[in-house]
Amino acid sequence: MRSFVHASVNLRKEPPRDGVLRLAIDGRLDSDGTGQIWRDATSSVAAAKAPSVVLDASGVDYCDGSGIALLAYLRDGQARSGGELTIEGLRPEFQQMLEGWAPGDLARLGGGPRETSSLAAEIGEAAVEVWRDIQALISFVGELTAALGYAALHPRSVRWRDAFRVAEAAGVNALPIVALISFLVGLIMAFQAAIPLRQFGAEIFVANLIALSMLREMGPLMTAIILAGRSGSAFAAELGTMKVREEIDALKTMGLDPVVFLVVPRVTAAVVMTPLLTVFADLLGLMGGSVVMLSLGFPLITFFNQVQYAVTYGSLVGGLLKAFVFGILVAAIGCLRGLQTGSGASAVGESTTRAVVSGIVLITVTDGIFSVVYFYLGV
Amino acid sequence: MAANSQREVIIRVEDFTAAYDGQVVLEHVSFEVYAGEVFAILGGSGCGKSTLLKHMIGLYRPAAGRILIDGDDIAAAGEGRLAILRKFGVMYQSGALFGSMTLRENVSLPLEEFTKLPPEAIRLIALMKLQRVGLSGAADRMPSELSGGMQKRAAIARAMALDPQLLFLDELSAGLDPITSAGLDHLVLNLARSLKITFVVVTHELPSIFAIADRVIMLDKQEKGIIAMGSPQELRDHCGDPRVRQFFAREAPGEI
Repeated sequence: MRSFVHASVNLRKEPPRDGVLRLAIDGRLDSDGTGQIWRDATSSVAAAKAPSVVLDASGVDYCDGSGIALLAYLRDGQARSGGELTIEGLRPEFQQMLEGWAPGDLARLGGGPRETSSLAAEIGEAAVEVWRDIQALISFVGELTAALGYAALHPRSVRWRDAFRVAEAAGVNALPIVALISFLVGLIMAFQAAIPLRQFGAEIFVANLIALSMLREMGPLMTAIILAGRSGSAFAAELGTMKVREEIDALKTMGLDPVVFLVVPRVTAAVVMTPLLTVFADLLGLMGGSVVMLSLGFPLITFFNQVQYAVTYGSLVGGLLKAFVFGILVAAIGCLRGLQTGSGASAVGESTTRAVVSGIVLITVTDGIFSVVYFYLGV
Repeated sequence: MAANSQREVIIRVEDFTAAYDGQVVLEHVSFEVYAGEVFAILGGSGCGKSTLLKHMIGLYRPAAGRILIDGDDIAAAGEGRLAILRKFGVMYQSGALFGSMTLRENVSLPLEEFTKLPPEAIRLIALMKLQRVGLSGAADRMPSELSGGMQKRAAIARAMALDPQLLFLDELSAGLDPITSAGLDHLVLNLARSLKITFVVVTHELPSIFAIADRVIMLDKQEKGIIAMGSPQELRDHCGDPRVRQFFAREAPGEI
């Protein structure tokens, strides 16, 4: 039976005499053994600077590709520095393997380090990249608008089964986390606000603060950020994997537009579910605030009346409109990043990250625009 | 067969049964692979070729029976497992090269993880392996930039990184053009003859079987086991089993 036991390898050196360095290797020159003596062997040959090196390989009882690499490397290194290296006693079968690598072959093996680019070139590349991204975004917005318009006119063309599946995954299944986060946000905000307000005896206004901020700002924002993290990323990963596995190409050659077939059901589902989730987020946020109010000694009806007094239907609808827009943005950017996926497993990860980051950036920027618009409209 | 009993056995499959979720795919399969030969596993789609291979390389545990590689049970867990794994290399059906690494990094990975070789040595050895499969010019390319045939060759180079005595190749020439596939056959023969590597190849490409295989076994879906064993020429010319004849004659099933 063949032995796979890694017997150790041994390198013996004699001090150079009359310009001749004598080395001897015995044992197994496999990838383990070669690893043990590589440094030692190469440095002693380089350090000796002897015009002639004699390597006694009669003790080598096994030699594989790594061993041959070492022998060829030593031989070529010695040849480059103008000396010569004689290998003695190498078994014929190993000798034959070594002869497969003529002197100089190793130097011709390709694969230097990749070209490194200068800072200016990198900035230029990044700028072009951003510009391309903007172009892609614009053309995607166009495609998506056209597809959504077509879907609105031809509701039967939408794959409702997919849309319901996505609605369940992105909406129903997100309810627990949306509920938890909004409840805690309401509770924490109320608690933090109660402390300074108490100094002025104005704890009752905690209700106003919670009602206004949850309905107008935190409800839609929290829901949208959770949607970006849960579903925008999922869309990007799913579509990205489809892209990598050429499934997107398969759709195209079947005559099915990937935007109509994949993006429209997802965007539709997200657009319907985000305002619904936001309603729950608003409610749970108010409940969180009411817990603090109760603990401060206010009865529930006081809190209820104060909330009714503080906010109007306008605040609620304004918030829901925001949620509607956030839903479109997050779902669309998730799908776009998925469709833009390159090739390979790492590309899918990259798309997923980009989907979440772009989603959150878009949410924040749009939220800012909404604030300005609502201010001037007096909502 | 008498002459074979003298030869060194590198893989021994003993009364092996494979099952997924209680559904038996293969049962009572026994055979041996001898050191230095090119051994092919044949059969139509769904007959359990890849299942057998995945059990042989230890990805799944046999439902019954044993698979011994160089005398050690591949399914046995514990400290010996890594030593067994280092005895062989595997080329997966679609290459399974790591997409985020260049070819050279792919080949270097096992050398970096399992040996004490210094970086310049690893670089050199990786390039030499790639040169052996005719890819030294593509060492710094990413797998996604390569054609299917090049990816398979690179996958063979990676499987050979630690110079195992045993290589498993899953669907060596599936989906490749005849010229590329003949090139791969040539590569396998060359490696088998010059480095004395044992190959276990899963395939259903007839030209490739005749070009490289010393011995084959043929699996069958209904039988859930081996229906024929021998050299490809023997099976083609002398086997009485209609299913084997059909396979080698490329006949449609209705013609029995």
